[in-house]
Amino acid sequence: MTIRSARPDRGQHFRPRMLCLNKLEVIVVEMQDPKSGVTGSEQKLNVTTIPHVFAGKDIIAWIANKMKTPPEEAHVFGTMLVAFGYIYPLQNHKMLVMCNDTSLYRFQAPYFWPTQKWVADDSDYAIYLAKRNIRKKGMLEPYEQAHYNHLHKWLNHKWDFIVMQATEQYKAGKERKKPDRVVFDCQERAYWILNRPPRRTHSAMDCGPERLIDPNEDEKISFDQYRRKNMFYQQAIMRSKVKSSVSLGALVKYITTYKTHDPFLAPCQPSNPWQTDNDTYWTLNMRGVDVPTKMRVERWSFSLFELLTDLRGRDDFKVFLKKEFSGENLAFWEAAEELKWGTGSSMSAKAETIFKTFLAPGAPRWINIDGRTMGLTVKGLDHPHRYVLEAAQTHVFLLMKKDTFFRYLKSPVYKDIQKKALSPETHNFSPAQLEQNAQNRSPGIHPIILWQQEEEEKAKTAAASAPVDVKAMMSKIDRKK
Amino acid sequence: MRSPPIPEMATQEVQLSETLAHLKTESDTLKGKLEEERAKLHDVELHQVAEKVEGLGQFVMKTRRTLKGHGNKVLCMDWCKDKRRIVSSSQDGKVIVWDAFTTNKEHAVTMPCTWVMACAYAPSGCAVACGGLDNKCSVYPLSLDKNENLAAKKKSVAMHTNYLSACSFTNSDMQILTSSGDGTCALWDVESGQLLQSFHGHAADVLCLDLAPSETGNTFVSGGCDKKANVWDMRSGQCIQSFETHESDINNSSEADREVAIYSKESIIFGVSSVDFSLSGRLLFGGYNDYTINVWDVLKGTRVSILFGHENRVSTLRVSPDGTAFCTGSWDHTLRTWA
Repeated sequence: MTIRSARPDRGQHFRPRMLCLNKLEVIVVEMQDPKSGVTGSEQKLNVTTIPHVFAGKDIIAWIANKMKTPPEEAHVFGTMLVAFGYIYPLQNHKMLVMCNDTSLYRFQAPYFWPTQKWVADDSDYAIYLAKRNIRKKGMLEPYEQAHYNHLHKWLNHKWDFIVMQATEQYKAGKERKKPDRVVFDCQERAYWILNRPPRRTHSAMDCGPERLIDPNEDEKISFDQYRRKNMFYQQAIMRSKVKSSVSLGALVKYITTYKTHDPFLAPCQPSNPWQTDNDTYWTLNMRGVDVPTKMRVERWSFSLFELLTDLRGRDDFKVFLKKEFSGENLAFWEAAEELKWGTGSSMSAKAETIFKTFLAPGAPRWINIDGRTMGLTVKGLDHPHRYVLEAAQTHVFLLMKKDTFFRYLKSPVYKDIQKKALSPETHNFSPAQLEQNAQNRSPGIHPIILWQQEEEEKAKTAAASAPVDVKAMMSKIDRKK
Repeated sequence: MRSPPIPEMATQEVQLSETLAHLKTESDTLKGKLEEERAKLHDVELHQVAEKVEGLGQFVMKTRRTLKGHGNKVLCMDWCKDKRRIVSSSQDGKVIVWDAFTTNKEHAVTMPCTWVMACAYAPSGCAVACGGLDNKCSVYPLSLDKNENLAAKKKSVAMHTNYLSACSFTNSDMQILTSSGDGTCALWDVESGQLLQSFHGHAADVLCLDLAPSETGNTFVSGGCDKKANVWDMRSGQCIQSFETHESDINNSSEADREVAIYSKESIIFGVSSVDFSLSGRLLFGGYNDYTINVWDVLKGTRVSILFGHENRVSTLRVSPDGTAFCTGSWDHTLRTWA
């Protein structure tokens, strides 16, 4: 039993597309209107004359005119019509694309349209292949042969029925007039190319695995779900909200602030590595760089969050805090982050270290938070969990945001780095140089190596700045005596 | 043989259905009240606020790299924080780590299942996570040794009861957020594989999730087959916001506080499979099922560009961490970087 048959058929093959398929159908019907649709002609294919044949470029021109789109978009739309099986190509029938030239296409019969709710299932495909086998006297294409063998194995139990059906259909086909037969054969072939695409064919009927829960079914909301829903609504009503003008204003402000920093809106200095194949932009903006760029330093001033997220900025902030002798707030914030995002097993050890270093009365790096928060936090540390320091961390963050951050921006430390910051000149590569760049793309440093270097650095600084254990030192001195 | 229903049970059933009806009425009333409150605050439209903002110029974006190597549909991709490496997963079960800048393939892993619908790069750059029809999310530590068999060090972290549709690391390598076809999202501790928090509330398969970087870093958004996009608080597991629009599945989500604008155009008929914002948030890139990419001006609501190149549906789209490029993965077996 394959996974496909074990999974329920939720109509995945058509449901997500029902909306767009309905719209497509309307257009396809219009295209076939004898007066206002695309002009067709007759075409001689081998010995037979096939009616209602259209050239690719005529179809695309009609679409461009009708939907008022530029030719490339009309071309894409045309390809979609082929990829969904509303139109099929007469030549090169395995490429489900529309070509903007004199290639010939026909409209598919509505019987074969994808919106029909019946699935193109394996039994039908087996009958088709068996019929083709009879006609071609055993000369199927390789991919068809592979399918045939596979189905012969899995549908063995009804193979007699399949062969019988195939023979019947073959005989019935022979009784038709030749042009009708040729047309029907083309339509059927197109249908199966669409639903069982050969290896290099891209068909729009291809879809992902079935959904588990059938969203078409009426939602049977249970007692429990209603309770949850109502709780959610009540909380949402009570929650404070802001006016649209305020929130939208904030969005516009954010977008405007970052405009010059968006590589799609303003040029990267010296150049966008993807465009010039030169990665100087990345080397200048690395984590451990000595002198940052002017743009980077400017970005630090946008918010405390930006300053702290950029580790180079955080370093500069630490330099400032050291001068002010107020590094404990940031140190606490960093330690709380480590706790929040660390492994479950390390939590209690970290919580204890944090308590000893920052929160205990007389701690070496005691942080000054209000009594209530301190009380709650210390109590919570009895049973430490990931978010036990949340309140204290937020308090400290707000302190830094509202006070320290602004003092930093006015400080000589920041002004100094602003002066020192680099402003690289824009690259101006000639086409020959660009080619050279493309040949010599630098591999950069592997992130694993950078990570290892950073971990070493962290260990060194931790060892250097560890609070001195006074008692141990004293006993050491005593022993020396 | 069925015994006759006990009278008490019959009354209990009646009571239950009465209570259910009662709850439904309460639910509808509350919903109406919430919508009323929201309407009161809705004093202005986005395009009005954005009137004074300068329009955007012309864009020249094109394919800068085409990554060929997958044997079947590319389903998902993620950027490494180094801004040039990516991980991609495909229907054939392969997960490949590329240096997109040089187009070199650096690592390849063969998963034991097909349809690897989710993959993510760890923030440190030292591991990748992936999963799909195996209902699990596994973490593979990467190695500098090209010959090392990565599958040997594989760690199974998440276990769902149905297919994995999306996964993402949080701020560190130690936690993973997953969403699944079983209708739930979950937060896991990587080292122990323990479930830290589960998120229930979707009525159908959850197809996507997105973590927004923020001061507190505690929320994420998920979208599903039930046409809802929910915003969750990671700490409590509660759903704090819910958006219900769209006419069909929500395939991709990106943080927003309220649905402020709908981007549409007459000629666009086919669904979007993936979206992402540019660094400033001014541009919204959408990968569509008609093989194209549409670029929207978020403030003005207009389309600024349409990009061609893929030969089949665009299944995944992400902007690089520094915003210099975006990468698309497609069912035509290739990935492209655009800038």
